[in-house]
Amino acid sequence: MNAGATVTALEVEGLCKSFRAVQALDHVDLVLRYGEVTALLGDNGAGKSTLVKCVAGVYAPDAGMMRVDGAETSITTPDAARALGIETVHQTLAVIDTLDVAENLFLNREHTRGGPIGAWLGVLDKKRMRSETEHILERLGIRIPSLRHSMGALSGGQRQAVAIGRATAWGRQIVMLDEPAAALGVEQAARVLDLIRNLRDGGAAVLLITHNMDRVSDVCDRAVVLRQGRKTAEVAVADVTKDDLVAYITGAKTQQVFR
Amino acid sequence: MVYAAAGLIFVLFAVVLRDDGFVTVSNLLNIGRQAAPIAVMAVGMAFALGAAEIDLSIGSVAALSSLVVADAVGSFGFAAGVAITLAIGVGIGAVNGLIAVKVRIPSFLVTLGTLGIVSGIARNLNNLQSLPIRNAAYLNVFGAGSLGPISSLLIWTVIVGVVGHLVLHHLRWGRHVLAVGADRSAAGALGIKTDRVRITALIASASAASLAGMLLAGRLAIGRHDLGENLLLTVIAAVVIGGTNLFGGRASVAGAIAGSIVMAMLNNGLILMGLRVADQLIARGVIIILAVALSMREHKEA
Repeated sequence: MNAGATVTALEVEGLCKSFRAVQALDHVDLVLRYGEVTALLGDNGAGKSTLVKCVAGVYAPDAGMMRVDGAETSITTPDAARALGIETVHQTLAVIDTLDVAENLFLNREHTRGGPIGAWLGVLDKKRMRSETEHILERLGIRIPSLRHSMGALSGGQRQAVAIGRATAWGRQIVMLDEPAAALGVEQAARVLDLIRNLRDGGAAVLLITHNMDRVSDVCDRAVVLRQGRKTAEVAVADVTKDDLVAYITGAKTQQVFR
Repeated sequence: MVYAAAGLIFVLFAVVLRDDGFVTVSNLLNIGRQAAPIAVMAVGMAFALGAAEIDLSIGSVAALSSLVVADAVGSFGFAAGVAITLAIGVGIGAVNGLIAVKVRIPSFLVTLGTLGIVSGIARNLNNLQSLPIRNAAYLNVFGAGSLGPISSLLIWTVIVGVVGHLVLHHLRWGRHVLAVGADRSAAGALGIKTDRVRITALIASASAASLAGMLLAGRLAIGRHDLGENLLLTVIAAVVIGGTNLFGGRASVAGAIAGSIVMAMLNNGLILMGLRVADQLIARGVIIILAVALSMREHKEA
């Protein structure tokens, strides 16, 4: 789909993560490239969200290696992931309902005012954050009735749009989206896919977790399939049918994966 | 809504008690003085509840603080005595927070434990005897003194209210408290240091309780093992009536203070009505349930 997509953004090698007796990830490899959308597929419990959370610094992996832009790195906290340019929209950890739109967009990277003392105290520059929020939403084509509404008063689509906006507004290079359109209506889901295309065209490396094969063929360039914590297939979306993808997911079909 | 409730209760008492001296300057000032320690504790509690924590130890912390300040101001002077007392409040809050976060025990249970421990220490400290306070500077600043016509207790309430409001709405920490209270794992996934936020929220409630204990001691010019000990439920009611969510994510400092005034008016008005203690308890209980129900309904719709 995107001819120029060759530069590697993120490499994950041999990632393992267990929860007590359950091995959620078993030596999983993953590569994300700039200008490319990679689908991460798999049945419930295959380890998709766990993989994303390891890369996002929410979980600490038991073993394995990660490289960002070719440099080996360990991502131990969400802050570390963000500092490396990795932004994530988690499936259930989307927004804080009781805060408003601007407060959500700028949560944990608030602008402060009043010089060093203001920064140390954390005196919020609300005006600046509100006006930047307006610009960000406008640029992303997200329409919100009022920025002063708390998130809880918004529709599911608007909330998801803000969550995606938060991950994508900062010119970051690696964006991971866990089921971003799962709860959305047709039109809102289409807007989310547009956002993803915009990101890709802007040169970002995008990882998209979804159960919807139409979305895979719509926006994804490659697909990585996990099954019971192992990577069982990695294919170019253009080379396979939706039925092939489903077969990989259910285990009806497997692909030799070298690691 | 809490302001409407406060106004309604005020008007009600003003009419019913028009011959019993409810609306006299001295009685209103009295209500204000009674509300002050409740309000100070309520502001601290608003932060704890906002972070989805609860601090059951505040009453006992206030009581211990009243004794400690009485002793320490007598022994070490005004400034050192106040500093020592506040440090004890901060310390108890830090212990509460560290145990809740590091040992992963809900703050409800941790502070239930420290409530007992602190009460016991306060009882042991001076063998259930009260300690008089004779330091004039202390009594002026924390008790019967005034700045012009305004009682120092009221000034403390205003200071704590303004500072609390600014911290909650205009500092990063205040936003993080509400984010952690609304959804701790979401806040953590965004890199907010949720442990630190929860510990500091419990430090806020305990140090506010410590200050409230000093105000109680100042008002009565004594420290005693049970001063403020029974205020816990009054404070929680005041905070929740004021629109703070009992389960985190939403808090209001102005509401907490208005709620405290409601509670103080209730205490005062029901006594002036000449109700027996038993009937006061019943009336107060009914009114609290009504007020909380109204306040929570309003916020569900918002």
